[in-house]
Amino acid sequence: MSKVKETLFTPVFNENPIALQILGICSALAVTSSLQVSLVMCVALTLVTAFSNLFVSLIRNHIPGNIRIIVQMTIIASLVIVVDQILKAVAYDVSKQLSVFVGLIITNCIVMGRAEAFAMKNPPVPSFLDGLGNGLGYSIILIILAVIRELFGSGKLMGIEILPLASTGGWYVPNGMLLLPPSAFFLIGLIIWALRVWKKDQVEAPDFKIAKNTATGEIA
Amino acid sequence: MGNNDTIRKTLLVAFILCIVCSVVVSSAAVLLRPAQQLNKELDKKTNILAAAGLLQEGVPIAEQFSRVSTRAVSLDTGRFTDEVDIATFDQRKSSKDPALSETLSADRDLAKIGRREKFALVYLVEGEQGLDKLILPIKGYGLWSTLYGFIAIEADLNTVAGIGFYEHAETPGLGGEVDNPLWKAQWIGKQVYDSDGKAAISVVKGAVDQSRPEAVYQIDGLSGATLTGRGVDNLVKFWLGEQGFAPFLANLRAGDA
Repeated sequence: MSKVKETLFTPVFNENPIALQILGICSALAVTSSLQVSLVMCVALTLVTAFSNLFVSLIRNHIPGNIRIIVQMTIIASLVIVVDQILKAVAYDVSKQLSVFVGLIITNCIVMGRAEAFAMKNPPVPSFLDGLGNGLGYSIILIILAVIRELFGSGKLMGIEILPLASTGGWYVPNGMLLLPPSAFFLIGLIIWALRVWKKDQVEAPDFKIAKNTATGEIA
Repeated sequence: MGNNDTIRKTLLVAFILCIVCSVVVSSAAVLLRPAQQLNKELDKKTNILAAAGLLQEGVPIAEQFSRVSTRAVSLDTGRFTDEVDIATFDQRKSSKDPALSETLSADRDLAKIGRREKFALVYLVEGEQGLDKLILPIKGYGLWSTLYGFIAIEADLNTVAGIGFYEHAETPGLGGEVDNPLWKAQWIGKQVYDSDGKAAISVVKGAVDQSRPEAVYQIDGLSGATLTGRGVDNLVKFWLGEQGFAPFLANLRAGDA
């Protein structure tokens, strides 16, 4: 049981795909200006990661090494198309806002990364849980970003007005920058900082150190 | 589990995988198509009603749209036409089709759209006594993007009943304020044509001076969005002008469309 918990929740804080592995940033910047859209994106990505892990793991003993990446891509791409079709049928408004980003789940590094790094080497059930866990890790960051960006960028949450805007007669002057993609970069940076202050073991050793004064003698 | 890396096994796995995946993908596409088409249709109708400011919350779209009839108009002759099938005609696509559109020379291309389609779909909202409102499609370049929207005109064919854009990529908070309900509300009741029949409606820079007689044709500019405002000004002038719907509106006024 604790093993299940571990596979499921390690990716949420300890090995968060966005904050620690810095994967899946592209969609995290693009879709988080609205909470509703982000939630749908989270569900879509979590489902795709979980099921692609499951299917890759099911046939892992039969996948020829030479074409394994293509096999994983085919499975992921099929799942993404199915998810996209379902969204267009049941949640048309949201799918319109997500536009290309559902399709781009195919190239989301988290999905490929988990299929290659985990599902290829582990049985189906843990793989499925690992997919779910990484989806959750991705989701939690997206939800944090979306809440901050939508609330302070447009004064709303889930499209419902929370802070009455000055432009429609209220008092809140929204921060327009939060609606633009770069703001998500700053926020992710701050989240990573906070996370690494809390969990010191996530701090990476520097790759390179600039040496102090290399000039010798009297020049300096 | 034998050797996976033989050519035979590789081809076999690839083949089976492709078959399984293609069956899954195509059945999802086929089974969900009717629902998707319905959504698309509803979305378009919602856009038309919302852009024209006629959308009522809580009333089914199909019911609201039952008062609306769609007609095709030839922009060259300014008359209704049966040359295109309104059920299948896609106006946005047609503006890229050489057979259904024409190139605009720079001096005529106020809205900076490059090509103008020959046929347009207009929506007539029927009231108790004939025509109540007329909804016309508009589009044009702002600062970053082409704005697509609709403008609704009252039965006198001169008073604006509403305007709205359903697609654009202007800067949120600046040009994106074209979606601001307060700004859109300013358009309602403004006059399009002056006494010479010219499209005089315009977005001015800054606030409209209400004491002047031109105020009935003018809408406040959006602060921080001079270029988007200019784009909206141009595109409204274009589509209500001679290149756009002015001939059609003239014919309609004369009862000869």
